[in-house]
Amino acid sequence: MQKSFFIIILFLAHIGMIRAQESKMVPIKEGSFVPLYGATVKNPIVVKPFFIDVYPVTNREFLSFLKKNPSYNKSKIKAIYADKSYLSYWKTDFDFGSANPKAPVTNVSWFAARKYCECQEKRLPTMDEWEYVAMADEKKIDARTKSEFNKYILSWYEKSKTYENSIGGTFKNYWGVYDMHGLVWEWTADFNSIFLSGESRKDKSEDKNLFCGGASVNATDLMDYAAFMRYAFRGSLKAQYSTRNLGFRCASTKKQ
Amino acid sequence: MKIIIIAISILAFSLQGCKDSKDSTAIVTQDKPISDLSIYNLPSQWTNQDGKNIELKSLKGNVLVMVMIYTTCKAACPRLVADMRNIESRLNKNNKKNVKLILVSIDPETDTPEKLKAFAIANKMENDPWLFLRSTEENTREFAAVLAVNYKKISPVEFSHSNIISVFNPDGELIYQQEGLGVNNDKTVDRINMEAEKIK
Repeated sequence: MQKSFFIIILFLAHIGMIRAQESKMVPIKEGSFVPLYGATVKNPIVVKPFFIDVYPVTNREFLSFLKKNPSYNKSKIKAIYADKSYLSYWKTDFDFGSANPKAPVTNVSWFAARKYCECQEKRLPTMDEWEYVAMADEKKIDARTKSEFNKYILSWYEKSKTYENSIGGTFKNYWGVYDMHGLVWEWTADFNSIFLSGESRKDKSEDKNLFCGGASVNATDLMDYAAFMRYAFRGSLKAQYSTRNLGFRCASTKKQ
Repeated sequence: MKIIIIAISILAFSLQGCKDSKDSTAIVTQDKPISDLSIYNLPSQWTNQDGKNIELKSLKGNVLVMVMIYTTCKAACPRLVADMRNIESRLNKNNKKNVKLILVSIDPETDTPEKLKAFAIANKMENDPWLFLRSTEENTREFAAVLAVNYKKISPVEFSHSNIISVFNPDGELIYQQEGLGVNNDKTVDRINMEAEKIK
């Protein structure tokens, strides 16, 4: 009797450890930076202290979320929350098929990603928060001017199917966060705040007409093509969309 | 032994997370269930220009014409508001009662119900079919996502935002969007009138 209890405890502790490891967060200190795009003014943006997941959310983690929230299953999710490609690589509602359990979950819509974080009592990071964390390499908070760093990011953009890799396989950055580059693209809370020319579905010369506030593209550093790619990609998204190379991680204002 | 049981229950508890919130469709008693594409699936709470709390669902059965603005906006919003007023003036008199024209604030921090009310009065929009709505930042972001409206605060008093007027049928499904400023409203007006006519 005692023995079986002991085994159960071990088993549960083991699951607990895996979960704790995967959804671990690290603190990010307050700081300021000038985002490369998406701002009309070149003034630095202040990022308040927050916490962010060390890794993107995995297939396994998303499966356990779906078990508790079956309305987000691929067969049940409402069309207003996700398009047809939602979890398209999953075999069934509760089976991600031959996909790597430790690989990031992708083909999730913004609504589903948001709900997932909400259920962990977390939220999606804002775009500024995400970019702030993502500009760090192993040693520096802001490595954006390092050519090595940019080369690394750009070389990833050329690689295919990195979404099949396990989380934690890329470098650990200054904050202790993995996979900001090199694995998948990630949703942010305010992805729909991008204004690049060409963002509009009507990409015409009078594009400026479409926006209150006028033209908004002020690249503070045109060299950072990598960041441009990210912002342009976000600008092309709609909240119902899901693609195979787009995952997410959660953030939190308070300590979990 | 006790400790073990406690440990198990704590662990078991920690493995539980957030459960599916009650399906919003279940609460609705109207004859027809809410369709998958309906904005009435959104659980968000809103406040109108009179400070009254309303749920989007309470608008079910009307044709909705929606635009996202902020009242302190100097550039595009006045033109968007003019577009909305132009649309309103061209609605069929017989069906007008089935249409609501709604202005949703993207700046809920500044646009208190009082501010919205003042804006409504200044623009002669204080009565039916006009309605002003605000909610939390979160809900507003979600609503914009549904409408494919992008916006960003670019200074304490200024936002960039897409200029889109959206039309919803009585089931809350998006049926038409007009993009840009000062564009021809003909198609938008036609769709609204057509849709409103169907309502008995």
